[in-house]
Amino acid sequence: MGTMDFKNGAELLAICKEQSWPISRVMRQREEQMTETPPHILDERMAKALSIMRSAATTPIHAPKPSMSGLIGGEAQKLSRHLEQGLSICGPVLSRAVTYAMAVLEVNGSMGLIVAAPTAGSSGVVPGVLLALQESFGLTDEALLQALYNAGAIGYLAMRNATVAGAVGGCQAEVGVASSMAASAATELMGGTPEQCLSAASTALMNLLGLVCDPVGGLVEYPCQDRNAIGAANALTCAELALSGIRQLIPFDEMLDTMVRVGRQLPPALRETAMGGCAVAPSAKACAGCHG
Amino acid sequence: MSFISVFDVLGPNMIGPSSSHTAGACSIGLMARRMLGGPVSQVQFTLYGSFSKTYKGHGTDRALLGGIMGFSTDDPRIPEAYALAEARGLRWRFVINDTETEVHPNTVDIDVVGKNGTHLTIRGESLGGGKIRIVRIDGIEVDFTGEYDTLIVVHKDQVGMVAYITSCLSESRINIAFMKLFREAKGDRAYSIIEFDGYLPEAVQGKILEKEHIEHVMLIQTESHGNGDEDRPIGDQGDPHAVGQEECCTDGDRCADSQEDRCTDRREDWHTSGHVDRRTGVQEEG
Repeated sequence: MGTMDFKNGAELLAICKEQSWPISRVMRQREEQMTETPPHILDERMAKALSIMRSAATTPIHAPKPSMSGLIGGEAQKLSRHLEQGLSICGPVLSRAVTYAMAVLEVNGSMGLIVAAPTAGSSGVVPGVLLALQESFGLTDEALLQALYNAGAIGYLAMRNATVAGAVGGCQAEVGVASSMAASAATELMGGTPEQCLSAASTALMNLLGLVCDPVGGLVEYPCQDRNAIGAANALTCAELALSGIRQLIPFDEMLDTMVRVGRQLPPALRETAMGGCAVAPSAKACAGCHG
Repeated sequence: MSFISVFDVLGPNMIGPSSSHTAGACSIGLMARRMLGGPVSQVQFTLYGSFSKTYKGHGTDRALLGGIMGFSTDDPRIPEAYALAEARGLRWRFVINDTETEVHPNTVDIDVVGKNGTHLTIRGESLGGGKIRIVRIDGIEVDFTGEYDTLIVVHKDQVGMVAYITSCLSESRINIAFMKLFREAKGDRAYSIIEFDGYLPEAVQGKILEKEHIEHVMLIQTESHGNGDEDRPIGDQGDPHAVGQEECCTDGDRCADSQEDRCTDRREDWHTSGHVDRRTGVQEEG
């Protein structure tokens, strides 16, 4: 067995083809090979991450908590009740994904425990999508743990070849990347090929190109929480597209380059400085509880 | 390019809301504690750049204080750091320096005094995604991350010191990953910073210290080696009432509760009340 240390999406696909492995297995093998960590330790660490994700995604449904500034809190409970009452217009998978994604950001904003995925500000997307699929399709935890390795592979490529920092690339680098991670993981989880996974990841990032980072009050709360919801919805949509066989014209590697280029073209006011976008809307500036 | 693990992507496991302003801050606090090598009795944090402007809304203050008490980034006690610090008899103060701009946007100076009287000042930078860097120790420019187990040897800048240290390590079959030497001036105090793979037996530290002109040895182990930071409250290691809290945030328990605004306002007053020079962050006799 050769090196698993792929440097881009093309190399990843080549390894998948050569070994007849899914992306998740290549990523797990890479971790084992490069860190010389015993597999059971890796599995324990990933299981812990999943357990934290699950707790953050579900706790606010029963026990809502206002964020540090009071800007957000209680959204997940409202969404959950809306679904329970049979009023959801999105259907259970999408509704749950959005609920869980927003719940994680509620926990994050109230100094609760989360897993950055890839960042704290985008930490709701991956758990939102995976946990909603698990619930709706009766998937095992083992399947979800593999899906997390798949998501990790996409996020690794973004960290290596692009950026996941809002201050550098705007929200497209945070929620955009999280959405591509979740799209790829969902695709593998639902039986897609490695090519379909990268296709879903590319489409997901494409759909959020140019998304600005404009946190109200400079805090990781609003509009971050809503954008996590749209990141989850986008991921499910793009996985559906890929699984149906729709071809994505632009490979994931090129889409990452595109995202970096667009990020450079974004003015600093739209890159986590709270000096543009929603952050300077009159209502946002006037809101109670906003710190300067 | 340094290795990116799947747990760098799906991680850190952290108390929110910000990997740079909360998790990174906690890690820098924890690093200061590990470098001091024991419980802290007094600490002053000087915040620069974005840290100085948004620390309240990001819980940077609680994360720093939590780190000083030995908490990791995922410790659920971070939000209650003020109350816990008070219960442990820790004295602390936050100083805002919003005039010095020639620093990384997320920079903090931590000035710690140990229960045993040891004193240490470090400057840390939070680089994003929870990653940190220590760039200054006791006024000397250094550069290390703590991602590897790290040995810091404080010694006189003279011939043979580095050779001696590396020979001690090679005798114990320790493989050096990175090694850097920093000094104040020729012949003055120097810092050898060695990041290495594997486990360093304690005896090696002792052996290094035996050599003349070696002042101090700090060993900072990564969490994977379970170096038993904390988890005893500081009060268990000494008399919690031994240290007064006259000038620091004595209503710290309320900081964590409903009266945060009042408390933070009070601290702002304190910053400008003459104890601290806002331009330089230098503490005056108070």
